[in-house]
Amino acid sequence: MDLAPFLLLAALEGLVQASVLTLTALGLSIVFGVMRVVNVAHGEFFMLGAVGAYVCASLLPGPAWLTFAGALVMAPLCVGALAILADWAMLKRINYNPEATIVSTIGLMYILQQMTLITFGPNAQAVNPPFSYTIRTPWFGYSSYKLFIVLVTIVIVIALWQLLRKSRIGLLMRATQYDKDTAQNFGIPVARVYSGVFAVGAMLAAIAGVLIVPIRQADYLMGHDPLLLSFVVVIVGGIGSIPGTIAAAILIGMSDGLLSVMLSPTLAKIASTLLVALVLVFKPEGLFGKSARQ
Amino acid sequence: MMSPSKKLLLLCLAVLAVLFLLQFVMPSYFVLTLTRIMIFAIFAMGYNLLMGYTGLLSLGHAMFFAVGLYASGLASYYWGLPLFWSFLFGIAASAAASTLIAFLALKTQTVAFMIVTLMFSQVAYLSILQFSHVTGGDQGLTLPPESRSFGFLGMTLDMTSEATRYNIAFVVFAAVLLLTYAVTKGPFGRLLIAVRENESRTEMLGFNTYVIKLVAFVLSGTISGVAGALNGLIFGYIGSSSADFGNSIEPLLFTLVGGAGTLLGPLVGTALMTLLIDRLSGFTTAYLIVIGIILIVMTLWLPKGILGTVRDRWAKWLN
Repeated sequence: MDLAPFLLLAALEGLVQASVLTLTALGLSIVFGVMRVVNVAHGEFFMLGAVGAYVCASLLPGPAWLTFAGALVMAPLCVGALAILADWAMLKRINYNPEATIVSTIGLMYILQQMTLITFGPNAQAVNPPFSYTIRTPWFGYSSYKLFIVLVTIVIVIALWQLLRKSRIGLLMRATQYDKDTAQNFGIPVARVYSGVFAVGAMLAAIAGVLIVPIRQADYLMGHDPLLLSFVVVIVGGIGSIPGTIAAAILIGMSDGLLSVMLSPTLAKIASTLLVALVLVFKPEGLFGKSARQ
Repeated sequence: MMSPSKKLLLLCLAVLAVLFLLQFVMPSYFVLTLTRIMIFAIFAMGYNLLMGYTGLLSLGHAMFFAVGLYASGLASYYWGLPLFWSFLFGIAASAAASTLIAFLALKTQTVAFMIVTLMFSQVAYLSILQFSHVTGGDQGLTLPPESRSFGFLGMTLDMTSEATRYNIAFVVFAAVLLLTYAVTKGPFGRLLIAVRENESRTEMLGFNTYVIKLVAFVLSGTISGVAGALNGLIFGYIGSSSADFGNSIEPLLFTLVGGAGTLLGPLVGTALMTLLIDRLSGFTTAYLIVIGIILIVMTLWLPKGILGTVRDRWAKWLN
């Protein structure tokens, strides 16, 4: 294959990576932005979305596209409900104290992971893509499903942007983010905003999980890498900044593919993790972020 | 009437006496468990110095444990260094590593500090896997028979003997316990607690809080390295799981359960959790779920841990 089609293929693959990463990282980012808490169990919500897609595909009757559509609706709703439960049972009770939140979401991470291991088993499970039309280019055939992932991501990101910028719910969220106590005094139900934001964050990860299953299989440990990568994206993009998160997800998703081509996967991970740790040490506002509010 | 710190010292000495005597009455499998408990209690005591006393919550202490383990183990494996010198080499290496990481990580605070320590630890873990031709990767390395014994003060100490392992672990444990006692009860210990309770006020009073945190971090990382070196040399095996995320969570769990910021809390937490995990992993592979539940229960209802609660309710001197 010549260089040009090779680069095209690498770019397409990178775009698919970037899409899934954008959704997962946006979930982590809005939770951190509004609630100022780090959710270590975020990767498990991603994993539960993927496992949910497998469960839907094997339990629901009907053609593949129908069960997949069912999974795309039901898995995020279930994960969202679980997130609301976790918020009510844990986070609210420790008053969203940042350090206690990290410790308790580590606990939640272990619980979700091991519950999945007990019920779902240790083996990776595959799900057929909802449709298997192949797009022919002069050089290679490309799965249309992967482009569908990119499309769904774009739709969700636009919808989320509209929700945050144009709707009343978004206004309440931004008010809470800006100043929680004043928002409370103005009658904004901060507790409900928090539990809603936590649910939306988890649902975004679950959607990403559902989308990735047909090209990557589901297993109970798959939440680990998306969690670390999402951390990377949120930090590089500037904590709490949504456009920054999207830009960083595209940058990192695209370059992750290239980096893995040039270096061994482990070496690529070492390089990117070290880089991000150093960004956090020397430029804590992120590469795209503005410095803190004066 | 005894002074509070004298009472605590007496309690520590009593605990040490009981630990020493236990080896004569316990069956041999339990002696092995107790050896492991003492080694991990050293790890947890190191962690507690930073997390419990200074208020800095690190999610990456596995890296210092692993540096101690690998530096001492590799020195013995490749250079054939006598065990005693390998042990010292491991401690020196973890002191150097924790100094380097302290300089970087202490530029950040709270949540960023947790993530940065987590990431550096992840880098250490991945590096062990990457350089598997030296480290043995996830298979690990088993130390050769000739580095399983060493001469010390005219005696030959054999690391395959149950009693030798126990007593070496006991001596190091006792040394670290008395060192932490001296550090936390002395003037420096009060500075650590001052930083934990109110850093800006401590600074306002004219103390350099950065230096205080730096010393606490290095001390904590080095003690974790002592535990790692001890673990590798006593059991003759060095493996990558010592550096993974789970091994950073364990000292946190042990310290939280026993009581953060109490001298004997790490020992209590390590003993309870090790016995529990050993019992559970006998009949389920999903024993991590219990760790998860306990982490949540501790943060929700018992944030001060067992000894922390006992201290607040009944015995103010039990710091």
